[in-house]
Amino acid sequence: MAKKVSQSDLKKRGEDFEKIERSSQFQELMAAKRKFLVPSIIIFFGLYLLFPILISYTNIMDAPAIGDISWAWIYALLLFIMTWVMATIYMKKAATFDHMAEKIWKEEDLDGREAQ
Amino acid sequence: MNATVIILFLIIVAMTLAITYYAAKRTKTASEFYTAGGGLTGWQNGLAIAGDYLSAASFLGIAGAIALSGFDGFLFSIGYLVAYLVVLFIVAEPLRNLGRYTLADMINARFDAKKIRATAALNTITIVIFYMIAQLVGAGALIQLLFGIPYWVAVLIVGVMMTIYVLFGGMTATSWVQIIKAVLLMIGTIIISFMVLAKFNFNIFEMFTTMKTATPLGEAYLNPGVKYTVPLDTISLMIALVLGTAGLPHILMRFFTVKNAKTARSSVIWATWIVGIFYIMTIFLGFGAAAFVGADVIKSSNAAGNMAAPLLAQVLGGDILMSFVSAVAFATILAVVAGLVLSGASAFAHDIYGQIIKKGKATEKQQMLAAKYASLSVSVFSILLALFAQNLNVAFLVSLAFCVAASANLPVIVYTIYWKRFNTTGAMTGMIAGLVSALVLVAISPSVMSPVAGAALITGDPIFPLTNPALLSVPIGFIGGVIGTLLSKKQDAKRFAEVKVKANTGYKTQV
Repeated sequence: MAKKVSQSDLKKRGEDFEKIERSSQFQELMAAKRKFLVPSIIIFFGLYLLFPILISYTNIMDAPAIGDISWAWIYALLLFIMTWVMATIYMKKAATFDHMAEKIWKEEDLDGREAQ
Repeated sequence: MNATVIILFLIIVAMTLAITYYAAKRTKTASEFYTAGGGLTGWQNGLAIAGDYLSAASFLGIAGAIALSGFDGFLFSIGYLVAYLVVLFIVAEPLRNLGRYTLADMINARFDAKKIRATAALNTITIVIFYMIAQLVGAGALIQLLFGIPYWVAVLIVGVMMTIYVLFGGMTATSWVQIIKAVLLMIGTIIISFMVLAKFNFNIFEMFTTMKTATPLGEAYLNPGVKYTVPLDTISLMIALVLGTAGLPHILMRFFTVKNAKTARSSVIWATWIVGIFYIMTIFLGFGAAAFVGADVIKSSNAAGNMAAPLLAQVLGGDILMSFVSAVAFATILAVVAGLVLSGASAFAHDIYGQIIKKGKATEKQQMLAAKYASLSVSVFSILLALFAQNLNVAFLVSLAFCVAASANLPVIVYTIYWKRFNTTGAMTGMIAGLVSALVLVAISPSVMSPVAGAALITGDPIFPLTNPALLSVPIGFIGGVIGTLLSKKQDAKRFAEVKVKANTGYKTQV
């Protein structure tokens, strides 16, 4: 349950969060996330959108790749594999993000106690 | 209707009612009603997401689409799966960290504005109603076909069941109905896939070689371009599929049922595997139906191909397998509509009544009562609409729901979490621009307007050429948010710092 907080408490909290946001540890976390997420999103979205463009405007996907299986099916399968691989890599990366986040709030709680 | 199908049907009804009975005892507070107390584990929620997501349109619709149009039918499977990367990378964790019961909660973590909450609730309700009508009308027609009972009886059976689950068992009952459905659906699909593959001697290459000559389409069957011949329409459809999932209220709501962002993440990973493996198997279902049932027989049963999977089951495993598949289809429909009722009810009871009218000061008892009244109203309203919509072609409503989700919800979600300058005005203009553009563009598209009398709701030449407006409406949603933001000077750096820290670390978030 959310606790009721007064206006001054809110302001104080806002300042706390700004302090965390400016901290080098939080900046590092954001940089680490950006470093993984931005290229990943560009890659998966690009590869995904390229597919309808290729099948709509060209015939290159109709050519057989392996036996009677055409490139369209191979590309589609690769999009499936891409999804699973990226999800798995993210799972691993996110463990480090969790670790960094935990360090940030442990430190913050400690600071809070010192101030009291 | 044979005895086996009645028995299986009754087993499913009995099992889900037993779940509801146990869930009802654990559903005393609003938090338990909306989120099952936030106590689901990663794999449970992953299965429930799959159960919530894999609608009859996925199971019967895609199998039929692949059976009748080959590769083009499979395009849906691709879009529906890759969409989970958007959910995983952008939406799931911040949503869990910032929200409590609804999407509006999350947006309001940054803005305390009633009009934003009201607009977000309106978007949710719009999506839920479109999706629900499509599901119920489809369900009525399917159950009519599968079990040979009249349309209105079918809609009432599904409608009454979904109302009972949600009204008495809330999110706990809904989640377990979805989990059981996901397991049943996977079992059914694996059995059929195995039997289809056995027919091809477990040789994928042999399967493709056979398919080259097995259908009236010949070699074209295996290539893109049978069903989707307008390039921009294909691209637009793919955009709606990949971006819409991350804005669907009944999917987003599932992330509030777990205890933290880490579990939300692991539930998406589970869902990605389950949903992905399922969509791969849609190929075997579709190919099998095309090769062993035949396009003519499938079309004579249902022009859209919805009977492809049950007919294939009949050919491969006789009445018993067909009865099982029909029962699975029934469970599939129930799980999806129950999730929809719950997310619609949360927008009415939590956002509009609890937060806007009662200003967040409703007592626990009032909240529960409101939640139950809202669930009942959403159910009854949907059932009535579905009864009147029997003879309308409503298949486009699903893609419309995805379009509204992608155009009205996703831009605001992204800006709320990532854009410092974003403000109240921007949130309003973004949501309204996305919603209105999606609705208007569909209303003047070939889905609603057709020069052939009776083929669509309105007779006349379509003004907008694309069946799916996402290509235009998604950018309008994003640009709408930018314009509104820049028009207003307001900016709250403190609040953004709070949202950014909470979203990314889970620090001081509500448990």
